[in-house]
Amino acid sequence: MIKSLPIIEQESPARAAVGFDEKLARHNLELRAASVDVLQVNVGKLCNQACKHCHVDASPKRTEIMSVETAEQILATVRRFKIPTLDITGGAPELNASFRRLVSESRAAGTRVIVRHNLTVMFEPGQADLPEFFRDNRVEVVSSLPYFLQAQTDAQRGQGVFDKSIEALRRLNSVGYGTEDGLVLNLVYNPTGAFLPAAQTALEADFKREMKTRYDVLFNNLFTITNMPIKRFLGYLRRSGNEERYMQKLLDAFNPATVENLMCRNLISVDWTGKLYDCDFNQMLDLSVEENMPQIIAEFNPEKLNDRRIVTGAHCFGCTAGGGSSCGGAVADYSSFHLDVTS
Amino acid sequence: MHYYNEEDLTRFGEIGKARPDLFEKFMAWYQACQEDGALSKREKALIGLAVSVVVQCPYCIDAYTQSSLENGSNIEQMTEAMHLASAIRGGASLIHGIQSHNAHDKISM
Repeated sequence: MIKSLPIIEQESPARAAVGFDEKLARHNLELRAASVDVLQVNVGKLCNQACKHCHVDASPKRTEIMSVETAEQILATVRRFKIPTLDITGGAPELNASFRRLVSESRAAGTRVIVRHNLTVMFEPGQADLPEFFRDNRVEVVSSLPYFLQAQTDAQRGQGVFDKSIEALRRLNSVGYGTEDGLVLNLVYNPTGAFLPAAQTALEADFKREMKTRYDVLFNNLFTITNMPIKRFLGYLRRSGNEERYMQKLLDAFNPATVENLMCRNLISVDWTGKLYDCDFNQMLDLSVEENMPQIIAEFNPEKLNDRRIVTGAHCFGCTAGGGSSCGGAVADYSSFHLDVTS
Repeated sequence: MHYYNEEDLTRFGEIGKARPDLFEKFMAWYQACQEDGALSKREKALIGLAVSVVVQCPYCIDAYTQSSLENGSNIEQMTEAMHLASAIRGGASLIHGIQSHNAHDKISM
């Protein structure tokens, strides 16, 4: 199942014909944070999979992983500032030794916990009880399934991933996920190539119908996420000769209605060393929060961070295209999107 | 060296340099046809793809392949649509065989 890909070193970033901030200015918009409702913690790049589109460049070969000390700082921050939502991602976050403590202690503090769970990690040694662990802690599970067919899923996530994912989803269903109130199982669709996602509501209806009739699997919501032109997906765009066209597509599909609801406006992203960023994508590009802000989790201060200016780049067009994109899926009504020919 | 250039698709608007009034009418009609109506955008994209293959327009094939994917269709569904259109085209040829049969019967004992 695991097919390792070469680690992508810091490469030249994707470029668009117009800068993101310039595009915002043309629409009289500015991107500033509104609050810190979500602490999104990337506990490391170690993963049992090596997906072709991964913006983290995660794989079984990666050794960057959050220490116990940093995890304790995360917990102290969650408790001290009563963080509403802790969103744990990776890599496969379950492979971090502090993962279960992060979950259970945060839940004990009254924090909502979301885990970006890749499904197949359930079949790794010592992880078989994950469905019960998630259920007992009332974790919101968010899992990638790029399509309801094997060919597309395996093409992106690795051979054999689809069958294991279906088995994992059935196990989650069997403990109540997707079927009982309060046990939320959300799926993530992202395109298996250089094109934008379909409208979230239409695709969710397809996924619900197909997952039920083909595999007897239930879930709550489908989040459509645009592939970001960074790391492995950018490498794919360059190798396949699609970079320029894809960037132009993102630019043409710029939807100003998405800006108000962009995820960077209400979250702080933390990397495995404790550094702070505006989002997980900026984290992967080493674009930390603006200079005059707290830079590490030990200095976390929501009052200072609440009104910060968001650090942007050409990749941000990925979050503003069409219906928009975030870790929670689309951020605007798709019908609010009209092709922008003013770029 | 080939006759069609992919980049020319992005130059489509240049047609409107002459008789822009006609081009504007065409674009309004063309874009209105794409919207959700009694048929969904996805169904329309698949029809567009099937027609593109039959009229053998490389620009349209590129555009409606992308449009079909971006409206949630998969390669199996797209291929079925293309087969149907191609089969109709084949049938449209074959039905003219009746003309031949008629001609044959008219001049045969």
